[in-house]
Amino acid sequence: MSAIADDIVRVAVVEKARGYWTDVGRRLVGDPVSVVCAGVLLLIMAGAIFAPYLGLADPYQGSMIRRLRPLGTAGYPLGTDELGRDMLSRLVHGGRLSLLIGLVPVGLAFVIGTTLGIIAGYVGGLLNQAIMRVVDVFYAFPAVLLAIAISGALGAGIVNSVLSLTIIFIPPVVRVAESVTTSVRGLDFVDAARASGAGPLTIMRVHVLGNVLGPIFVYATSLISVCMIFGAGLSFLGLGTKPPEPEWGLMLNTLRTAIYVNPWVAALPGVMIFTVSICFNLLSDGMRSAMDVRD
Amino acid sequence: MSATDALDPVADVGGPQQPLLAVSGLSKSFAVRGGLFRHGGVVRAVDDVSFSVDKGEVLGIVGESGCGKSTTARLIIGLIDPDGGEIAFDGEPVGPALSLRELRRRVQMVFQDSYASLNPRLTVEDTIAFGPKVHGITPAEARERAHELLRKVGLDPALFAGRYPHELSGGQRQRINIARALALAPRLVILDEAVSALDKSVEAQVLNLLLDLKDELGLTYVFISHDLNVVRFISDRVVVMYLGEVVESGPVESLWADARHPYTRALLAAMPSLDPDRRTREAPIAGDPPNPINPPEGCRFHTRCPYAEPVCSAAAPKLMPTGTDRHAAACHMVDPASGHSKAAPLRESENA
Repeated sequence: MSAIADDIVRVAVVEKARGYWTDVGRRLVGDPVSVVCAGVLLLIMAGAIFAPYLGLADPYQGSMIRRLRPLGTAGYPLGTDELGRDMLSRLVHGGRLSLLIGLVPVGLAFVIGTTLGIIAGYVGGLLNQAIMRVVDVFYAFPAVLLAIAISGALGAGIVNSVLSLTIIFIPPVVRVAESVTTSVRGLDFVDAARASGAGPLTIMRVHVLGNVLGPIFVYATSLISVCMIFGAGLSFLGLGTKPPEPEWGLMLNTLRTAIYVNPWVAALPGVMIFTVSICFNLLSDGMRSAMDVRD
Repeated sequence: MSATDALDPVADVGGPQQPLLAVSGLSKSFAVRGGLFRHGGVVRAVDDVSFSVDKGEVLGIVGESGCGKSTTARLIIGLIDPDGGEIAFDGEPVGPALSLRELRRRVQMVFQDSYASLNPRLTVEDTIAFGPKVHGITPAEARERAHELLRKVGLDPALFAGRYPHELSGGQRQRINIARALALAPRLVILDEAVSALDKSVEAQVLNLLLDLKDELGLTYVFISHDLNVVRFISDRVVVMYLGEVVESGPVESLWADARHPYTRALLAAMPSLDPDRRTREAPIAGDPPNPINPPEGCRFHTRCPYAEPVCSAAAPKLMPTGTDRHAAACHMVDPASGHSKAAPLRESENA
């Protein structure tokens, strides 16, 4: 049987078959904001990774006579901190811990939260109730207080603060994952997949995951900035990083007394946190539109 | 048995006389959640429904929205569990003799919403190949099969295999859904309002495609629709449902010429006529269907029936043969012993 409508379509643009993620990548590269943000983030990450090999000053070596030099001082392009240490070197080195504290908990929470959320949303019933009510318990406490309490109970240290931040970021990820899974689950193509005899695990992997990962990923990216700030808060309370380790949150806190003496230098760690946060947020926005195949 | 054999067409078991699908006493209720201080009700979406589908025929199921047509379809294919009743496929009862997974190799379904029934993240090819892969076909062979099916439904694989659902028109998407349903080489395809959302011209193309495929592949269809013209065009026999029950069933010509149930007559009278001498002058049926949470006692149609008598609200009529071949209706007027004043008198032929 020949269909007229289909003959007309033959004239239309012929697109080659390609993978979904190739498509997303192509669209992301076409968005200037995302490209700039990705570039800035890559630069900061590369700086953090290769900090010891960049020929920067020792980030721990202070000098009492050169304290709080302003921006642009010879030998100290970004000035010095309250103990006379080179700010440029400390900011680049600080990226190591700050990014670690910002990315690792969110990454872990993303994996664990998505798994729990998809299972809760797809299976439904009692299992859903069990998972979601446990998640609700975490919502009874303000997230920062919970992080402080867990960190305090586990003891100070980077590993423990990463652990406590992971725990507080799992519940919001589970909630988002559960709600998008529930909405996808009700669609006919999931029923069609069940009708073709596929088991729940195959359906979750092939039909649910691809459709829920986008929104969850975008949401998780927006948590990175919050996580960095919470990490800074833990450091301030002596539960995370300890002086003299360079870490942006900790630096912001120790420089806070210098805000009247040398406001520009004191603001620099905040500028770093702000830059990284906004880049992650804009990048996640770019990801969201790139992942929407209907554009 | 090699991997390819796993999807060869299923052999016939009971011969041509054996109905392909026999449904008896199928029931499904949904609990309606009440509030904190309020009792929830129970919707009897499908209530004691029985019918059979012969090999190679098209059985139409018609009725208003909410009458349980789609629930029946989902019950047959096992997407929802029935509360009671039996489904037998080619003589093998589902459950003891035939596993759900095996049933789904034999019965497939095409859904109404052509967009929602395709995964937006999968290409056309991946969507069609998914079922065969689940049943153990290698990815390369599944792909080959998908291309072959695309050709069967009139789409060029070179153009369409790599497309996403949003890049297709409604008619093309429904062709993909048909190809996906055929990917497991089923014997019965349930078409749940499969053409209702399409333009009239595209609808005609898809209906012709369905009939061509039926002849080519020896399929049997259960065709669910609210569009009586389409049902009359494609069906051999028709089942009319009202509030979860079968009220009348019979061969399409006999049903159209001699509808016995007042509801069927009202449905047929409600069809817009192109003949100015046969204009619909007044609404053949008044009001909405009653609330299915508390359906009327006795005959469920008596609240809207122009011929309702006390007996109608007292006792529920059973599906009775009307005399003509395989034509049956659940109405007291058909049953000479019901006590309804318009009940057909006993005829000699029926006693014989």
